Amino acid sequence: MRSEAGVGLKLGAAAGLLFLHLPLVLIFVYAFTTEEKSYQFPPPGYTTRWFSAAWFDRPDIWPPLILSLKVALIATVLALIFGTLAAAALHRARFYGRDSISLLFILPIALPGIITGIALRSAFDIMGLPFSTWTIVLGHATFTIVVVYNNVLARFRRTSQSMIEASMDLGANGPQTFRHVILPQIASALLAGGMLAFALSFDEVIVTTFTAGQQSTLPIWMLNELLRPRQRPVTNVVAIIVIAVTFLPILAAYFVTREGEHTAGSGK
Amino acid sequence: MTATVRGSYLFYRRPGLLTLLLLAPPILWIGIVYIGALLALLLQSFYSLDDFSGVIVREFTLKTYGELFERSNIEIIGRTVTMAAAVTVTSAVIAFPISYFAARYARGSTKAMFYLAVMMPLWSSYLVKVYAWKLILAKEGIITWIAGELHLAWALDALLSTPVIGGPSLSISYIGTYLVFVYIWLPYMILPVQAALERVPGNLIEAAADLGATPKQTFRTVILPLALPGVVAGSIFTFSLTLGDYIIPQIVGNSRAFIGQAVYTLQGNAGNIPLAAAFTVVPMLIMGLYLAMAKRLGAFDAL
Repeated sequence: MRSEAGVGLKLGAAAGLLFLHLPLVLIFVYAFTTEEKSYQFPPPGYTTRWFSAAWFDRPDIWPPLILSLKVALIATVLALIFGTLAAAALHRARFYGRDSISLLFILPIALPGIITGIALRSAFDIMGLPFSTWTIVLGHATFTIVVVYNNVLARFRRTSQSMIEASMDLGANGPQTFRHVILPQIASALLAGGMLAFALSFDEVIVTTFTAGQQSTLPIWMLNELLRPRQRPVTNVVAIIVIAVTFLPILAAYFVTREGEHTAGSGK
Repeated sequence: MTATVRGSYLFYRRPGLLTLLLLAPPILWIGIVYIGALLALLLQSFYSLDDFSGVIVREFTLKTYGELFERSNIEIIGRTVTMAAAVTVTSAVIAFPISYFAARYARGSTKAMFYLAVMMPLWSSYLVKVYAWKLILAKEGIITWIAGELHLAWALDALLSTPVIGGPSLSISYIGTYLVFVYIWLPYMILPVQAALERVPGNLIEAAADLGATPKQTFRTVILPLALPGVVAGSIFTFSLTLGDYIIPQIVGNSRAFIGQAVYTLQGNAGNIPLAAAFTVVPMLIMGLYLAMAKRLGAFDAL
């Protein structure tokens, strides 16, 4: 019989969860404050004018936002291709050094971002590569491969090899088997992995500060606002946009993979 | 037989060939872009900076590593490792009740709710989270306000006047830096601890109770040892992430540098890439030792 949780445990768990969530509420509160020079609490008054200020009066927000979206899109596409290939290969194969190769894909997020950042920076220096959108993409695609790889690998483990064999026995060739048998089975894992990769790239700041040069992505714009604030509530408005852009894909990824567990997981 | 069909059969009979073809692009990408860059970095740490001209001398030397042992650099390393250890221990203590409740008592929709409640902060924007704490810890911010309302302003002042960890305000003190680190890395601790606790069989705990152990004894002698690999797995993240971070102490904290900040300034303004490279070897070395230790404790099964 399962006993009830003690009061102390319940309180501890609840306090921990509150600790995780309450700070984010303040981001929303401060987006409506009338005070723009300090972080005064409680706010002296409330206004919605920062939302229109962010939209109309701050042209400096748009180029970083567009650059971030562009980088995240390209990095996600690259991560989808490389991550899926790697998962497909390592799922099927049993060979010496297989574990080292899977470690290789995990390494870029296991090592602190600053190491990845400075390593790429000094490599660009040595090669004489000028900073561009592509140097940022190069870094992002490297550490987003692993989220696609993990998602797709988990799905491959739950789909059966015999379906592929059956498809081949019934006369389908490789591309047909991929199109009609494999792709439908891994589609939701690809979607989830892709959305996580997008959120990860859109939000990345540490590696980006090393690979961007003079360019500014949205997180770099925000970092500058944090270090040298002006119109502080506008930063909050942008923070809310960032929360929306990252939260929605993550929430969607969660529900997509959860559904997938019931449907695609049935083949043993 | 068409070419595609023949190709499909070839791959079916020689699966190694297909594996190689599939694996080549991602391996080349990671191998060239990432491993190549890491090796280039490592190579640079064996170069040195000419003190007079400020030019990087491309000759093999251990002089740069010697500079790591200068007093100020040793202090930076000591400060960072101490912070990482404090953050790790605190995260484990806060994470345990959440993980334990989620693993043993939460069922159905409550469990899904717990999972999302941990995943959302984990994945939400790093900078936004740091910014939230800048708002909280500001001198004119909510903590000062709450302390004032509760007539506890004196306690806050006493805390801030503590030597070393105190400062002019929470956002300019080690206490502030420490709080933000704990907040940001906490989800990385909760998930592996929960995974380890999920695998503790319920009947083991019942058996302990049947054999006369008090709940306290059961916790200490049965649950805690079985949860330990999870705690170690989580600590890999909290420790490594704290070692390498340079944004948090820059936004919330006093001006004394951590390893990450030292690396950033050295490669940027100072142009001393060799010493910056040597500095990055420190967290890599510490994490290498840490991972070797964690492996012996069986932490990788809990990841």
